[in-house]
Amino acid sequence: MPLMNDNVNRRGLDAFDWCFLGVIMAIISAGILSIYSVTNPQTTAGFPIYLKQATWMVVGFLAFLVAVGIDYHKLARLSYLLYGIGLILLIIVLIAGKTSRGSQRWIPLGPFAVQPSEFIKIPLLLMLAAYYGASTREGWVRRLIIPGLIVLPGFLLILKQPDLGSSLGFLAIFLVVILTVGMKSKAFGFVILAALMLFPFAWGGVWGSLHEYQQDRILSFVDPNSDPGGKGYHGLQSRIAIGSGQLLGKGLYGGTQTQFKFLPEGHTDFVFAVFAEEWGFIGSMVLLSLYILLFLMGLEIAFKAKDIVGTLLAVGVVTMIAFGVVVNIAMTSGLAPVVGIPLPLMSYGGSAMVVNLTALGLLLNVKRRRLSLL
Amino acid sequence: MLDTSRQANELADIQNRLIFVKIGFLMLLVLLGLRLWQLQVRDGFHYQELARDNRTRSIVLEPARGLLYDRNGELLANNIPSFQLYVSLEDIQDREALLAQLPHYVDIDQQEISNKLSMKSRRGRVKIKADITLKEAALIESHRLELPGVVIQPEYQRHYPLNNYASHVLGYVGEISESQLKDPEFSNLQGGRIIGQNGVERTFDEYLLGETGEEVIEVDALGYPKRSLSVRRPLAGDDLYLTLDIRLQRLAEDLLGQEAGAIVALNPWNGDILALASKPGFNPNDVSGGISAKDWQRFIKDTRHPLTNRAIQGQYPPGSVFKIIMAAALLETQTLGAQEMIPCHGTFPFGRRVFRDWKAGGHGQVDLTKAIAESCDVYFYKAGNQLGIDPIATYARLFGLGEKTGIALPSERSGLVPSSEWKKRVKREPWYPGETISISIGQGFLTVTPIQMAKVASIVATNGRVVQPRLLKASRLRRTGTLKEKPEPPFRQLAISPQTFAHIKKGLAAVVTKGTAKLAQSEIVSIAGKTGTAQVVALKPDGDKGKNKELQKEFRDHAWFVAFAPVEHPKIAVAVLVEHMGHGGSASAPLAKTLIEAYMGFETIQEPSL
Repeated sequence: MPLMNDNVNRRGLDAFDWCFLGVIMAIISAGILSIYSVTNPQTTAGFPIYLKQATWMVVGFLAFLVAVGIDYHKLARLSYLLYGIGLILLIIVLIAGKTSRGSQRWIPLGPFAVQPSEFIKIPLLLMLAAYYGASTREGWVRRLIIPGLIVLPGFLLILKQPDLGSSLGFLAIFLVVILTVGMKSKAFGFVILAALMLFPFAWGGVWGSLHEYQQDRILSFVDPNSDPGGKGYHGLQSRIAIGSGQLLGKGLYGGTQTQFKFLPEGHTDFVFAVFAEEWGFIGSMVLLSLYILLFLMGLEIAFKAKDIVGTLLAVGVVTMIAFGVVVNIAMTSGLAPVVGIPLPLMSYGGSAMVVNLTALGLLLNVKRRRLSLL
Repeated sequence: MLDTSRQANELADIQNRLIFVKIGFLMLLVLLGLRLWQLQVRDGFHYQELARDNRTRSIVLEPARGLLYDRNGELLANNIPSFQLYVSLEDIQDREALLAQLPHYVDIDQQEISNKLSMKSRRGRVKIKADITLKEAALIESHRLELPGVVIQPEYQRHYPLNNYASHVLGYVGEISESQLKDPEFSNLQGGRIIGQNGVERTFDEYLLGETGEEVIEVDALGYPKRSLSVRRPLAGDDLYLTLDIRLQRLAEDLLGQEAGAIVALNPWNGDILALASKPGFNPNDVSGGISAKDWQRFIKDTRHPLTNRAIQGQYPPGSVFKIIMAAALLETQTLGAQEMIPCHGTFPFGRRVFRDWKAGGHGQVDLTKAIAESCDVYFYKAGNQLGIDPIATYARLFGLGEKTGIALPSERSGLVPSSEWKKRVKREPWYPGETISISIGQGFLTVTPIQMAKVASIVATNGRVVQPRLLKASRLRRTGTLKEKPEPPFRQLAISPQTFAHIKKGLAAVVTKGTAKLAQSEIVSIAGKTGTAQVVALKPDGDKGKNKELQKEFRDHAWFVAFAPVEHPKIAVAVLVEHMGHGGSASAPLAKTLIEAYMGFETIQEPSL
């Protein structure tokens, strides 16, 4: 152990770390501001929601510190066990979970409700990194089939809740990690990469060609409550909210779409629309830039990591967050169907906040241990 | 080290491939940026107009509240259609004009409208007035061009066909208040909902409430609906069958008449509350239809307290009714035998004080039966002095005094059973033995509620079976139409011997046949009971109680009568309390007798069935 610790960067935070933390804080603050705007004057029971989110941020940063502190190799060794626990929790959710808005996603825990489909993402990231980092996995079976079979039960259990968004996120992490590891057939790899990249847009195209009643059927099949008003009401209101923000936005509290409740779920899935309505194109661009900066820093960490475990862990974390950002904004801006994916670090939700900050902690963990030699 | 170098090669491979991931994500994010440019900059003006003219409105559809019935299926509360006046916040064009105009057409003052509008309920529509008249509705409809944003919506209004009867049990409904909205108990409810505010309407609200629906409509420039875009139907609440027998309830309230008081009748075996009357009452229809602030103040300030449910909230000294519990304590602790004779000369000197019997000259030689039948005070003074306060308190608690019965009604009070520990804790004084002597005849710090006394009668009637009084007999799920009987509540058996109960019952029967409640003697059913007189003004221990009649009414004592019948196989337990009517034997006992006789009559005519 002392040997390992000697390899750790002990100089405290450098400029990169500060910048990394600053970007995260800025995004979370934008989220809390938007949640405040949607829910503040509302008479809600007990603690205001924006303060709850701030509390979750604090809890999340504690998890972040833990995730930075423990050597990721040690965590990677524990990952199979953690993943197993995650699967058991998902089974418990299916049997005894709390049903809300038509899907069973939560395990009530005193005054809170935890969402295991969020928490299992951490073991997934660690496990994939550990699996491919342990030794060279030659051949189709070891490269694709075995890890695929390990990931599949988690994917199916989340899909069954039903939580289409999270299960797609699960799949996306898996696919991007495989692509990074490299497939024997490069062509195959590019097909999947292209498919993944184009997924939201392709869906939009295919989707548009379907009859309305066919769309309704498919949507109500995968997520019965995605659009209770039917007929694209929520999607339309969200587009109106974003569009009417125009260049400069309507300012805090100025969003009529938000304040008059045309926009559904303003503090959760549609928080981006709230932000875009109030802060306009300029605000949206600043926000997008912050996310891009975060991803570039994450990929930088992956690029400079000292070993395969570190690289793959970093790629996984970036994919997890990027997937959420891309699909959520595509969804709120009408490029993808409303599937119910929260915007990472901005949408209200304790489980997601803690999980995302833990994952970002792992990212910094990889960076701070890269100076050690092989 | 071959392995290490191969790992290093592989690592380099993998890291070189990261460029594709980077390009992939960047392309996607740039695409999103373009999309946002398209929506916000290129088409921004178009969406701005759409937002300004957003003509879709989401309306909450109120479900029909569950109906209330008595045990025989008699309707106690239903819903009738009525007009509700709403203002749709998005559609108000000139707030001041609206405030000035509306009072011309509807009976409401400007301040009240302005208060409602400033309530921070963020729903698009705010209810301004419930249950407006047809004339008001017509007036508003004809002026709708001048009143953009004003909407009249037909909705259900709670209605209580029996008016004042059973008002305290049923309670009333009202719009959820600002403070309730902040209470976690109501966290799943939105502003504007009508919820139970008192009585069973409150306690069984979760069954009665139902689930709201939602309709998305498109409106014209004045906020009037043009077409419906989508509807989710509301789900009506469950219908409830109470344990009340409304015939008995009516009779109980009529018997009390203009007097203030309470009557509770129970089925002693399963705790079914057959009647729970409290007078004076109120008409829940007056309160539920959105009572004006002025009327509400008048209600609350009424010195006769019509909103107080005396049956569960009135705390009175039990007076001589407490001798039932004293008798149980004496026999069970073997302080006195049932046959043991005690001489009574009408006074009990204690220290420097003299406690008097209600009967000047005394009762002569008294055993337990006679002491109960004639309500001999001296017997219980002596016995209580021997027992001491703490055993008395223990037995009082065994019979459920000093704690809530747990009936499903809000704001039940627990009464008070004093003990030496209580006095030290609350009054910071030691217990004086003289106080025990007052407690022995149910005076002093001791207070009870009428429902607790009905429970005491039930326990004696059933030889020690303790059941929680219940109000809900069955419920019918509106969704499925199935009637579900509530299972009989569990009971507990008191560790008091059957012999003790036999001795007490013998005494209670003698109360009616030859004791203080001969007025309760019935030709058709055998009744056992105990009279009591609860002092309102503490008289000195040696003060003259005989002057009661000359006192002003509000200083007169309260009259108790607690009974069960038939003596052999009890079917009903009753507690009657009439405020300021003096002696239980003359004021309360006849009421109990009439009630019991009526109930026996119902029993022979028909078995209640649902």
